[in-house]
Amino acid sequence: MAGVLLLLIVLAPVAAIVVILLTRRPRLAERLNLAASAVSFGAALLLPGASLGGAHVFLDQYVIADPFGAWVILCAAIVYFLASIYGIGYMRMLDEEARLARFYALFAGFGLTTMVAPMMNNAGLYWIAIELTTLVSTFLVAFERAPESIEAAWKYIIVVSGGISLALFGTVLFYWAGTFVLGPSYAMTWAVLGAAAPHMNPTLIALAFLLVLVGYGTKVGLAPMHTWLPDAHSEGPAPVSALLSGALLNAAMIGVIRYLSIAEAAHAGPLPRAVLVVLGAFSLFIAALFIVRQSGIKRLMAYSSVEHMGVMALGFGFGGPFGVAGALYHMLNHTLNKSLMFFGAGSMMRTFGTKEITLIRRVGRYFPVVGGLWLAGAVAITGAPPFGLFASELTILRAGLSGINAWAAILMAILLIVIFIGFLNHFRIMYFVAPESETAPQGRVSAWCAAPMWLAFIPVLVLGLWWPEAIWHYFGVIAHGLVPGPAEVALR
Amino acid sequence: MIVTTFPPLAASLFSLIAIASLLLAFVMLGSRWLRHYIYAFAAESWLIAVLSAAVGFYGGFPELYVIAVLTVLFRGCILPYLILRIVRPLDVAREVDVGLQPSSSLVAGAFAVIFALVVASHLSVGLGLAGTVAVLALTVMLSLKLIGFLMLTVRHEAVSQVLGLLVLENGIFLGAQILVPGMPLLIEIVILFDLLIVVVCFGILVRYLSSHVGSTSALSLNRLVG
Repeated sequence: MAGVLLLLIVLAPVAAIVVILLTRRPRLAERLNLAASAVSFGAALLLPGASLGGAHVFLDQYVIADPFGAWVILCAAIVYFLASIYGIGYMRMLDEEARLARFYALFAGFGLTTMVAPMMNNAGLYWIAIELTTLVSTFLVAFERAPESIEAAWKYIIVVSGGISLALFGTVLFYWAGTFVLGPSYAMTWAVLGAAAPHMNPTLIALAFLLVLVGYGTKVGLAPMHTWLPDAHSEGPAPVSALLSGALLNAAMIGVIRYLSIAEAAHAGPLPRAVLVVLGAFSLFIAALFIVRQSGIKRLMAYSSVEHMGVMALGFGFGGPFGVAGALYHMLNHTLNKSLMFFGAGSMMRTFGTKEITLIRRVGRYFPVVGGLWLAGAVAITGAPPFGLFASELTILRAGLSGINAWAAILMAILLIVIFIGFLNHFRIMYFVAPESETAPQGRVSAWCAAPMWLAFIPVLVLGLWWPEAIWHYFGVIAHGLVPGPAEVALR
Repeated sequence: MIVTTFPPLAASLFSLIAIASLLLAFVMLGSRWLRHYIYAFAAESWLIAVLSAAVGFYGGFPELYVIAVLTVLFRGCILPYLILRIVRPLDVAREVDVGLQPSSSLVAGAFAVIFALVVASHLSVGLGLAGTVAVLALTVMLSLKLIGFLMLTVRHEAVSQVLGLLVLENGIFLGAQILVPGMPLLIEIVILFDLLIVVVCFGILVRYLSSHVGSTSALSLNRLVG
């Protein structure tokens, strides 16, 4: 069952890419991409259920369907699907008909790579999958060919490639640490590493984990390695920004957490977890600073992604059932909510013809429905009740306050309040402050652009009001899998 | 542990190659000419190929011969050729504004090597490998990493940054040959192909930079801030 679902998730975008590249017809391309994303989404929706009950490994152990991976794939598939709907409306506004087919081929490729990375059971292949996400998305960021887009793409690929090379170094060191236990050649799967970890050298593992954390942390967008993120998120087309924020960052986060559980199993001391917590708190701090003083609308959303990745890092860093459950719930909520925010920002940017917050005014008057939805999304993303992010942030805080990392939890609460005020202040200006000279927006927001905003908003509201019991149990299974249990196989 | 089982002659040979590639990294640091960077990178790649073959011979890993051939082909020939092709139409022969003068970069590089040596020897004591070729492998790995990052920060020309990234990768590859010669063949081959794609992507982006931004220097990439 799980194997069939994985196959569907992968083959649908692959087939779409092939046909798009062969036909090169823009209208056909957008439909094919939408169909592929719908198939992937449908399969990903069933995957968490199918991944329960033992490890499902395929293709000589290179591919895995485990509960954690399935959850990240689901988040990626959701945003890929939503962004594909939105993309149809948004890309038609760009007037790039001739290059549209290429865009959708790359877009499907990007969606595919973000869903493939969490499936990788081999640490080396996971690194390659993450590298591929960068290569594909660089050209999506550069798609508009404006000097700013090229600049963003260049910074993106240089910073992230530099970071990811550290992750490769860390991976090699993990492999080396394993050779002391398992001999010179072995399959470097997560399970094998985890089982061999108790016999590995803790100092070497600590060093290797720090390298991996900085490396994949660059891709996650944890400060101070986040420098590529605001540029890439703000200069790419809006559907790409949504996919970057909602799918790519999570795909890198899963690697960090998988390595974290190996490092813990190796008794590498409190250092790995502490560094993750510090990076998470620092990300929140940097995000708060830049959100308060932000002038670009999409950069505002980008820094909000830095913030939420920080919150997630804190959740995983606090650990325990509450921390892990909160972080995973936050992942889903953030994925939905940030897609909504980027969709709204993209539509406003296009209709008002500017990226500057100060030039976008009286959104509520011109766009009563879409504007209202976007404003509600803004309230939700700052973590106000009754939305999903409130529930997940509260759970993470609860996990943090009871442990040795209480300082980080308190800091997180303070910074979240600062961000709440700073973020909503920008929306106050855009909605309620009359401009000196009235600039009316051009055109209207099409149904293609409005529908995915509803599709993202309703679950965020529902997930805030009702945390389903089944999801709670599911998180329990993942949290249990991340803790090195007593049932470890003794090697040698 | 495999590194302790090499005969002394083999260990000295590996050390020699590792040190030589480190020196080539210093050649890159000490020069302003883009062409020198590319030749030094190519030479470094050839050395790594020799190292792979030597490790394969002494350690009994026949699959490393395949890696050696592929390394020569990809890293030693195709990549330098591609980068030369990127540079040729650009009309940029050397770094004009460097953040740090070559002489100062050399000193900074020397400090990087010392730091790497301290970390490596500390680690190897804990692993019971003090005095083996592993210390040197780790040192070279770490120093090439640091020197690569140094190049990325103090050089502004797009091609130098690409080469800085390739030096980062070379360091890992070199160390990996000595430390983990048994690493599955599949992974190494995929990483080699991946590098090729990376360089092609960089080539396309450099072309965009020169046609849409009008300059290939990172100093002109200053629009996006805050």
